[in-house]
Amino acid sequence: MMLGFSWLAGCKPTAGMKASELPKEWFEINGFLKIAPDGQVTIMSPNPEIGQNVKTSMPMLVAEELDIDWKQVVVEQAPLNTSIFKRQLAGGSQSIRASWQSLRMAGATARQMLREAAAQAWQVPLSEVTAKQGVLQHVASGKKASYGEMASAAAKLEVPKEVQLKNSQDFTIIGTSKKNVDGPKIVTGKPLYGLDIYKEGMLIAMIVHPPAFGMKFKSMDATSAKQMPGIVDVFTFKTYEEGYSKSAFDNTAFNELVVVVGKSTWEVMNAKKAVRVEWEPISDSTEEMDLFGRKMTVRTPAGLESSETHQAKMAEMGSMPGKVVRRDGNPEEVFANAARILERNYSAPFLAHNTMEPMNFFANVTADKAELVGPIQTPEFLEKSAAARLGLPLEKVDIQMTRMGGGFGRRLYGHFLVEAAVISQRMKAPVKLVYTREDDMTFGTYRPSYYATYRAALDANNRLIGFHVRAGGVPESPLAANRFPAGAIDHYLAEEWTIESNITVGAFRAPRSNFIAAAEQSFLDELAEAMGKDPITLRLELLERAKKNPVGENNDYDAARYAGVLELVREKSGWDKGIVPQGRGVAAYFCHNSYVANVVDLEVKEGQPIVHKVYCAVDCGIVVNPDAAINLSEGGLVDGIGHALYSSLTFKDGVPQQRNFDQYRLIRHGEAPRSIEVHFVKNDTDPTGLGEPPFPPVFGAVANALYKATGKRYYHQPFFPAIG
Amino acid sequence: MAIFKLNVNGKSREVDVDPSTPLLWVLRDHLQLVGTKYGCGIAQCGACTVHLDGYAARSCQTPVSSVGKQAVTTIEGLSEEGDHPVQQAWLEHDVPQCGYCQAGQIMSAVALLKAIPNPSDEQIESIMSGNICRCGTYTRIKAAIKSAAEKSK
Repeated sequence: MMLGFSWLAGCKPTAGMKASELPKEWFEINGFLKIAPDGQVTIMSPNPEIGQNVKTSMPMLVAEELDIDWKQVVVEQAPLNTSIFKRQLAGGSQSIRASWQSLRMAGATARQMLREAAAQAWQVPLSEVTAKQGVLQHVASGKKASYGEMASAAAKLEVPKEVQLKNSQDFTIIGTSKKNVDGPKIVTGKPLYGLDIYKEGMLIAMIVHPPAFGMKFKSMDATSAKQMPGIVDVFTFKTYEEGYSKSAFDNTAFNELVVVVGKSTWEVMNAKKAVRVEWEPISDSTEEMDLFGRKMTVRTPAGLESSETHQAKMAEMGSMPGKVVRRDGNPEEVFANAARILERNYSAPFLAHNTMEPMNFFANVTADKAELVGPIQTPEFLEKSAAARLGLPLEKVDIQMTRMGGGFGRRLYGHFLVEAAVISQRMKAPVKLVYTREDDMTFGTYRPSYYATYRAALDANNRLIGFHVRAGGVPESPLAANRFPAGAIDHYLAEEWTIESNITVGAFRAPRSNFIAAAEQSFLDELAEAMGKDPITLRLELLERAKKNPVGENNDYDAARYAGVLELVREKSGWDKGIVPQGRGVAAYFCHNSYVANVVDLEVKEGQPIVHKVYCAVDCGIVVNPDAAINLSEGGLVDGIGHALYSSLTFKDGVPQQRNFDQYRLIRHGEAPRSIEVHFVKNDTDPTGLGEPPFPPVFGAVANALYKATGKRYYHQPFFPAIG
Repeated sequence: MAIFKLNVNGKSREVDVDPSTPLLWVLRDHLQLVGTKYGCGIAQCGACTVHLDGYAARSCQTPVSSVGKQAVTTIEGLSEEGDHPVQQAWLEHDVPQCGYCQAGQIMSAVALLKAIPNPSDEQIESIMSGNICRCGTYTRIKAAIKSAAEKSK
């Protein structure tokens, strides 16, 4: 079968900067790849690309088993087609882990079909045909052909059901560093992102949403806005209709919106300011949601919330018994009889994802179909939402994935895709919906605000005999009760609580872990000090206990691998070699199936933290693309340091107090670490994810390093305002 | 609306827009040059950085009426074949993650190296502080700038 190209043209990974001619004729071997007569191979990258580099690393898995020279590979973003591609979603650091088998199978079956085609053409037994580096060969007869020469015949064969995959020691592509396939396009400014879409007759749309959580649309006067140059229409619409059962990714704080549609961005931006809208308070409400097949009633309370009130309420909840999630032994009795109790409280604010590319989507909806193009982490889910809203059958909704200017979880929640579709349907025209930075930052779907209380019971000999965590947040709890140090302490109690809110929240890089790791790892640091132990030694002793004689049966970590990253970071940072001139802190965490330990070296100079060096030890199994894995880890560390020190979103009477980067502080060049060393534990375990795991522990390492640098403990994020 | 004659990437271009329109939106909406990115609209993030007569400028805060005869250079016009030493250094260090801010980073870096051919770490940190990278590629950006400086010696 010959296939044309989509507008998302292929990317040559290793070509020079000149756009190279791509062959016109391709033979599709299976849904994952097609081969041209000249031997070039196009590999489909199934998942959304948000900067985690799956567009390079996922095709590497196919290329490995196909056994081809990577220079012959062209990568193309796959269409949304879950009958071929599984789990086309960017989230949970699962892309590589979930597709480790299927992508290699795609390459291996194609290789098998090429061998079969050669065996038939040459009239030789299949077992005597080899396929290596894009060349088919029959040694006895001296016959030889490129994959390209056999592609036409191979494409006509049945796809084999069973094939042998390579042993990891035979890998030639996996485990070698391959550069970002979109690199040349990125550095020359080629159109790659949703915001870069411009089409004939396309209109620009921008929304006006309530200024505060707890408010909704009442009425508007758009008379003057409609008369402004370039403005085509101003109207209101509902993103989701009443009675629609929302999925987990249909989350939106503001369902009824005002939209301004016009011919150019600047004209629409100006007209937006001229629309006079009246808002009114919301009432308490409930709605049915379908959370991955589970029906749930979600309550939204009325009211205009403030950060000060949140803080007071969280402290109050933290002082009262919560819902017991795990109890080992008899923690109450141990605490009652303890010689000494260490108790500390930790908190963190709401955060906005702040992807550099604000929310946007292109939609061209006609009477019988919808073309939706743009940045979305959950295309499969949002295709259903859009189809339901537009009244179109699923097969008439076509979602195309663009490269995304960041995700961090924000683009899991695709209300903007549905909004664009509804606007296009109403305008009967192609429309690009664009959020301004202010719209993006004040629209909700934030990282929740969290609070945790940690308590440790020590006996008269300063031995740890009991451990207690009580955690909660607005509106969710960050607790993972079965993670370390559960399983390492005989008497353990975990409790949680929540405070409901009308401020919408969503997954933010390593959800929940991104707070609880900092709290727990700071507490362990202070506990080690109270016990007179080195902080790494204390952790390793607890892990040794969990490994040899674990308490309870549901412990959600592998104590040996956890200890492995601590030992590696201890070695690489020279932890035992004595004193470093700066404050030095350590932390480790397990989440999203990978283990990470970080050591941060910093000093505080005239009130400004200067991060000199970060050591990072990672166990994510087999590392597919080492240099890219280092880059992603470096990014997670910088991101974590930035949010630990500087970032915060606060509210007053429901109004977000930060609207743009002059008020919301993100880490900048001079505040980033001077150098970062990333080390991987070498093993043969199937790969797990890397987008999230390096992020949570670094918050704790920063807090612990700040203590060494300043003599003061830091409990409440962001830490920067309390320094100096 | 008014007609403006602009010199963009060495070519003469004409647009009919409101004089207050930022150069950013003239480039993106009217001249199909989408390499220059929108990030904040208030000159805080640097994603929209272009060159005016070789100096870095935030195009989101540059009204088209103020451009005049100044030569506008965007990422698309930085080199014919994408082979400017800074672009090459970016590829050598495989800097980008999501990539969205990188055109602005590159334009700031080129202007920096023009002003200071051999910058210190502190100079890089200070001058590049106007460009946010949300993915956190700062250490690689610094390494790429130093590579480009080294090669241009």
